[in-house]
Amino acid sequence: MSPLLEVTDLSVAYGAIEAVRDVSFVVEAGQIVSLIGANGAGKTTTLRTISGLLRPRVGSIRFDGVEIGALAAHNILNLGIAHSPEGRRTFGRMTVEENLLLGAYTRDDKAAVDKDMRNVYELFPVLGERRDQKAGLFSGGEQQMLAIGRAMMSRPRLLMLDEPSMGLSPIMTQRIFDTIRELQSQGTTILLVEQNALAALALSDRGYVIDLGTTTLEGPGKVLLSDPQVRAAYLGED
Amino acid sequence: MTTLLQQLANGIALGATIGLIALGYTMVYGIIQLINFAHGEVFMVGAFGGLAVHRWVLPESFRENWYVSLPLMLLGGMAVAVAIALIMERFAYRPLRNAPRLAPLITALGVSIVLQEAIRIWFPNADSAQPFPKAFVDSQITIIGLGPDGPEGDVSIRASQLLLVVVSIILSVLLQSYINRSKMGRAMRATAQDPDTARLMGVNPDRVIVLTFVLGAALAGVAGVLYGVDITNVDNAIGFQNGIFAFTAAVLGGIGSLRGAVIGAFIIGLIKTLGGQYMWGGTQYDYVWIFVVLILVLVFRPQGLFGEAERVRA
Repeated sequence: MSPLLEVTDLSVAYGAIEAVRDVSFVVEAGQIVSLIGANGAGKTTTLRTISGLLRPRVGSIRFDGVEIGALAAHNILNLGIAHSPEGRRTFGRMTVEENLLLGAYTRDDKAAVDKDMRNVYELFPVLGERRDQKAGLFSGGEQQMLAIGRAMMSRPRLLMLDEPSMGLSPIMTQRIFDTIRELQSQGTTILLVEQNALAALALSDRGYVIDLGTTTLEGPGKVLLSDPQVRAAYLGED
Repeated sequence: MTTLLQQLANGIALGATIGLIALGYTMVYGIIQLINFAHGEVFMVGAFGGLAVHRWVLPESFRENWYVSLPLMLLGGMAVAVAIALIMERFAYRPLRNAPRLAPLITALGVSIVLQEAIRIWFPNADSAQPFPKAFVDSQITIIGLGPDGPEGDVSIRASQLLLVVVSIILSVLLQSYINRSKMGRAMRATAQDPDTARLMGVNPDRVIVLTFVLGAALAGVAGVLYGVDITNVDNAIGFQNGIFAFTAAVLGGIGSLRGAVIGAFIIGLIKTLGGQYMWGGTQYDYVWIFVVLILVLVFRPQGLFGEAERVRA
């Protein structure tokens, strides 16, 4: 039984600059896995490469046992990988409902799409109440909910969340992390990129530390949380 | 008074033509930030497509009934315009998708010259005015009695001008609602706002770009044929002048905005006819006023009348 996602020796370059080199990690179905590391460590680049927005220079990305490194972004979504990008990137000039419909862009099963949309509104009632308003009018936390809801609309097997807590209040951050756990319990596998290492590792089945473009440490979330090296580097302790 | 009304009517008809072309400029810009300077030539090629259908495809008996010949000419004009736009997107612009922005812009100017010359070479005598069939009710509505000077004071509106205005308005509304309501329209707006995130939603950018060129070209093709029917002659230079007007209309209205393009086009049509009538220099200088207004608008509102804040949306 191969893991749901297996990234091996991945390197990605922007022109001559190598942003990611030799990153390797594994996501088993049903898990929450987080990639943590400092700003600029290559976490976002890794996610953007998995979802096909960037091309790997070398290395392999296997989803469900199939190599996907050469596929275009719009085909990767169809395989069951949804990506909620860094900075939320909701379509600000469109309504909440239109944003969610775009999340379901590749689906034709209208009845099931409507049902999933109701589920998103149930998960995030504020979105349901303001479904006809333009997304640009929403607060950062609300836009984050919309970005997650939008990603869920494709019914992904793997949901990748890039910095879902960025810029949010502690209360809102807690809500988002509760939601992530809830999504896991509903059967979605989650790959999480976070600077908020403490909260991410506490939630994760497995964690990987990325430093200067390379995976340097790995282990179960709880174990990494108590690792002195991690505590020193990412939790501000010495 | 009669002169004013007459020029208002002429300006609106001109604006309707320009508007159909301007929509193509503004849509393509909204999606790939390219000023497709060859779009005026797509309009010209569309007119010749309609003319070719009438000259060489339609049997004699069809030509007499406008309700048979006009739809077929419109289809022909649209088909030729769309085919040209597809070739142009695939072979001229797509290879330059990730090139610096100056490269596709210069290419567009090149494509424009290629199309003008291609028509000159392949269509007999296309560089001089070719008679265009009056494939519509050849009459005019005359509004009498507005002036004291008898028939001289009448305002007359050609049936073909009315047709242009009606078709232009209907197509603009249809386009607007297609982009606002349909799934592909939503994908177009998403791509215009944030192409990478649109790809994450599963939107294939090539399909959106091709659709954008096709819609713009179809409208330009319709405009070309109806322009020919109204003016009753065409040559291979009509795309240049009307293309410049349409581009100016799109910028004036706020490039990327559909509503802006249509409103900008009517403003420009009116400035040209009214400026030619009343301003110093007459019709010789009617161009000047268009660009004076453009400059004034851009000085005080660089994004154009409906710019940026609403892009391809509305």
